[in-house]
Amino acid sequence: MFDEKALETIKAGKEKWSNDVVGKTLAKNPERKEVFTTISGTPVERLYTPLDVAGLDYGKDLGYPGLYPFTRGVQPTMYRGRFWTMRQYAGFGSAKESNARYRYLLSQGQTGLSVAFDLPTQAGYDSDHPLSMGEVGKVGVAIDSIEDMKVLFDQIPLDKVTTSMTINAPAGILLGMYLAIAEEQGVSFDKVGGTVQNDVLKEITVRGQYIYPPKATMRLTTDLIEYCLKNVPKWNTISISGYHIRESGSTAAQEMAFTIADGIAYVQACVERGLDVDSFGPRLSFFFNAFTNVLEEVAKFRAGRRVWAKIMKERFGAKNPRSMMLRFHVQTGGVTLTAQQPLNNVVRVGLQAYAAALGGCQSLHTNSYDEALCLPTQQAVTVALRTQQIVAEESGAADTIDPLAGCYYVEAMTEKIEAEIMDYLQKIDAMGGTLVAIEQGYIQKEIQNSAYRFQKEIESGERVYVGINKYTMEEPPPQGLLKVDMSVGEVEAGKLKKLRAERDEAKWKAALDKLRQASQTDENVMPSVIEAVKAKATVGEICDVWRDIFGQFRPKEYV
Amino acid sequence: MTMDYAREILQGSPRAVARLMSWLEDEDERAYPVMEEIYRHTGKAYILGITGSPGAGKSTLTDKLTRTIRRKGLSVGIVAVDPSSPFTGGAVLGDRVRMSELSIDPGVYIRSMATRGFLGGISKATADVVKVLDAFGKDVIIIETVGVGQDEVDIIGLADTTCLILVPGLGDGIQSMKAGVMEIADIFVVNKADRAGADQVVAEVCARVDQDSHIKVKDWTPPVLKTVAVEDQGLEELWQAIDGHRAMLEKTGKLHEKRRERICNETLRMIHNELFRVVREQLQDSGQLDNLVTDILDHKRDPYSIMREITGKWISLPQHQKETS
Amino acid sequence: MAKKIKIIVAKPGLDGHDRGAKLLSRIFAEAGMEVVYTGLRQTPEMIVETALQEDADVVGLSSLSGVHNYFFPKVVELLRAKGLDDVLVVGGGIIPREDYEGLQKAGVNAIFGPGTPTTEIVEYIQKNVRER
Ligand code: B12
Ligand SMILES: Nc1nc2c(ncn2[C@@H]2O[C@H](COP(=O)(O)OP(=O)(O)OP(=O)(O)O)[C@@H](O)[C@H]2O)c(=O)[nH]1
Ligand SMILES: [Mg+2]
Repeated sequence: MFDEKALETIKAGKEKWSNDVVGKTLAKNPERKEVFTTISGTPVERLYTPLDVAGLDYGKDLGYPGLYPFTRGVQPTMYRGRFWTMRQYAGFGSAKESNARYRYLLSQGQTGLSVAFDLPTQAGYDSDHPLSMGEVGKVGVAIDSIEDMKVLFDQIPLDKVTTSMTINAPAGILLGMYLAIAEEQGVSFDKVGGTVQNDVLKEITVRGQYIYPPKATMRLTTDLIEYCLKNVPKWNTISISGYHIRESGSTAAQEMAFTIADGIAYVQACVERGLDVDSFGPRLSFFFNAFTNVLEEVAKFRAGRRVWAKIMKERFGAKNPRSMMLRFHVQTGGVTLTAQQPLNNVVRVGLQAYAAALGGCQSLHTNSYDEALCLPTQQAVTVALRTQQIVAEESGAADTIDPLAGCYYVEAMTEKIEAEIMDYLQKIDAMGGTLVAIEQGYIQKEIQNSAYRFQKEIESGERVYVGINKYTMEEPPPQGLLKVDMSVGEVEAGKLKKLRAERDEAKWKAALDKLRQASQTDENVMPSVIEAVKAKATVGEICDVWRDIFGQFRPKEYV
Repeated sequence: MTMDYAREILQGSPRAVARLMSWLEDEDERAYPVMEEIYRHTGKAYILGITGSPGAGKSTLTDKLTRTIRRKGLSVGIVAVDPSSPFTGGAVLGDRVRMSELSIDPGVYIRSMATRGFLGGISKATADVVKVLDAFGKDVIIIETVGVGQDEVDIIGLADTTCLILVPGLGDGIQSMKAGVMEIADIFVVNKADRAGADQVVAEVCARVDQDSHIKVKDWTPPVLKTVAVEDQGLEELWQAIDGHRAMLEKTGKLHEKRRERICNETLRMIHNELFRVVREQLQDSGQLDNLVTDILDHKRDPYSIMREITGKWISLPQHQKETS
Repeated sequence: MAKKIKIIVAKPGLDGHDRGAKLLSRIFAEAGMEVVYTGLRQTPEMIVETALQEDADVVGLSSLSGVHNYFFPKVVELLRAKGLDDVLVVGGGIIPREDYEGLQKAGVNAIFGPGTPTTEIVEYIQKNVRER
């Protein structure tokens, strides 16, 4: 962006400044540290100048919002048109309790829904399964059948609100239920919008809610993608997630690199299925984290957009620009939040939300200050929602597009992260692709090494963590935490018993038989999943059919 | 007290088994009287070795093979060995993760062991721990070695049948593999057969087996099998092959020969270890060792004559302190 | 041969939060312990059988999904039923402070919450582990 001569002058100027001015100051007042690094461990220089972005080509590397390579954003007007969707991840106890929380959030200005299921649902067990004991409704909402789903979305118009569902191995089942109740509400499939996470690879590497072996589970993933293409055109068929990778300890660049590597594996699987990359490409969505180091995060988002666009275009031959857009949800960094002095978390979340806005997210969840204590209380979630509303309405971050572009530091960091991503992708390719890299534990080990390094930095005091290793104080135990009653399990088990007694046995059996049949061939399972949930088959029953056919999977867990 | 342990083990107490194994690992003297008691109950189990490079799928295969064996009504003992850190002496023993469901099968006993500085792919106490499981009544004992390179082949001295696990993607690895490591295999398993290149590995191994008279021996041509451990494929065939090898060993008298050799080696090794321990302890504790080393360093003495002098002194060993009754 | 502390690190229930458990497994190994990491999705029965077969000195339970009051006492109960009374039971994760007392009464020796330096946990174990 600068001509040779200008750069020469700047270079000379910088040298002079370094030697004369800085040198003198340093002699009197040394800096706080010898090396400054971001939270990801990337070294940070004293000063960035045009010299650090000398290779930057505005047209090629940055371009314009809504245009390739989308570094500056995926929409032409970004938040000047419409703010990001404000979407708090929520759910606990019964469908009824969670429905109340959703309606409260919507009444407070939230603009989309995000469903947290309990662990039995995510693992594909009904509420009365022995392995569900003690877990029903504890950290998400318990959904066993379409009846629960109906209650969950009671009085919520599914043609007006989009819903994101964090569900992976059983994604098709929950989507099936959602579509079935939309139909009951009189909303046709083509009007239904939302997202299922459906990203099973990161379950294997970092999140732990897997059920089936990789090959089988990838088939269910692609079945869902393919089905929606033809029948639910506004649905985001997958949310390829880096959030959990980062929460597990990765650096910013690793988060982006390993997520894109997963993305490549999904695209590859769809292409192998015979789908046109421009048919499903536009429906792929992503999910990232935002930590407190605002500038590094912004660079990460920008680098990610640029890399994904290139990969879709160059590697997969996409022609439709929409296939090249890295559209993503952001959740602020839960693992940065402390149990100590919990109100400090409000500030962290504020900065993180600001990073997400400056980074051009499409939707956002802001964490509650009681993150490290319990599921969010109503008071805490209200503050969290207000935090992003303040960022949207008051900070000015939403008024111009990609405001940090051209900042020498951010541009240099963007390039650096991009290079790191490309380096990882190359390594993974050389290993034989994402699935092999996961199988060999490469990705897992890289993440854990970063987590370990971070912990050591905290414990040695090398990196300051307010309230943990500096500015600590004695506090009384926190009060008024949100608690989920143990009785949810019994109530849900009772409901299941009734459902099983009352449903049309013949219809139910026929539907499950059909599902079994479809699953054993290479027929798309989604139509028979939808039939099965309508016939009141439960999440556990459907998952059992697949357990039977595909077997269960236990990945290697690397330490 | 010591008698109780032996009795409890023979009566089926897993707790007594567990403690005895710890003593063996720690080289705790309390172990030996118990071992003396239970020894005559050993020799019944069939011992399998599962070895192969890191991440080849040994643990997954062990898990699935155990399920297959359990379906035949046989009980199984598993010894899974993982490396200790040479720097800290600690270890993370992670093989068990793949075998979680087996933990609660009363017909299966799993023990994880760290190598504690032992280099052969197993640990020093592995052979003893196998004996405990044998006396405990396990029908089949599977030893999963450390993920090995090409020099860690101690398993051969311990197992009746050794399975070498290979995976696709070795390139022309088979041709360049050291003879020593190929020779330990009674059965070749090409795991991860769902990956591209499995057939090529099979072909290469078959070719190598055919050419090499140390691999293809009299009465036995090691079979080359394909498995997909994660999907439970090929395990029945693997068990058949193991059974076939066992039948051959029994029919030809090679099993007897093998075990005879094992006992011979083990006995010598035990004597060696004990002698070495006692000699070292006494030399060290008396401070004599230090002086000798100084003398050698100063060229006042040479290590050869010292060796002769000291072993000469130790020709008649003091009896192991044994508290019977 | 020096005796090593043998510790089981287990994740009871369906909880997938393993960052802390894996971190600690590594730290324990670094402190010279032999760590049997069971992995995710352990039932109390699996944990206790593992402790039994491995002759564990310590059982470490990590739970971040609000199920500690259900699982931890069950593990202690089963340990006792198997006669493993001298096994040190420690736990951590997201556990409200008001639950500590109940868990301790149930036989859990110590609980460590978020932000605890790992050195503190290692020291506690080294100081309180049984003789074998
Ligand atoms: C990271 C994280 C995740 C990651 C986990 C990645 C991974 N592989 O571990 C991801 C993003 C995947 C995740 C997902 C979920 N999470 Co989460 N997560 C967190 C978070 C932000 C940090 C946990 C963490 O790893 N901290 C860092 C480690 C090093 O610390 P630690 O585990 O606390 O360990 C320390 C101590 O606790 C102790 N310790 C821990 N274990 C042990 C064991 C022993 C033996 C000892 C001695 C000590 C000890 O020592 C450690 C060192 O100090 C917490 C909130 C928070 N800030 O704590 C929520 C939190 C635990 N998650 C929560 C929830 C609800 C979920 C979900 C269930 C949501 C849903 N419905 O889908 C999912 C599902 C996960 C699953 N599969 O089970 C809730 C749990 C609520 C509750 N218990 O009441 C929390 C509290 C957030 C919240 N307020 O809502 N999560
Ligand atoms: N694709 C494929 N992967 C497999 C197969 N068997 C095992 N794996 C995977 O290979 C990896 C290593 O498996 P393990 O069983 O832990 O291998 P191991 O040989 O015991 O490993 P170490 O004990 O660490 O040496 C894991 O990710 C398994 O899921 C298989 O048949 N096919
Ligand atoms: Mg293994």
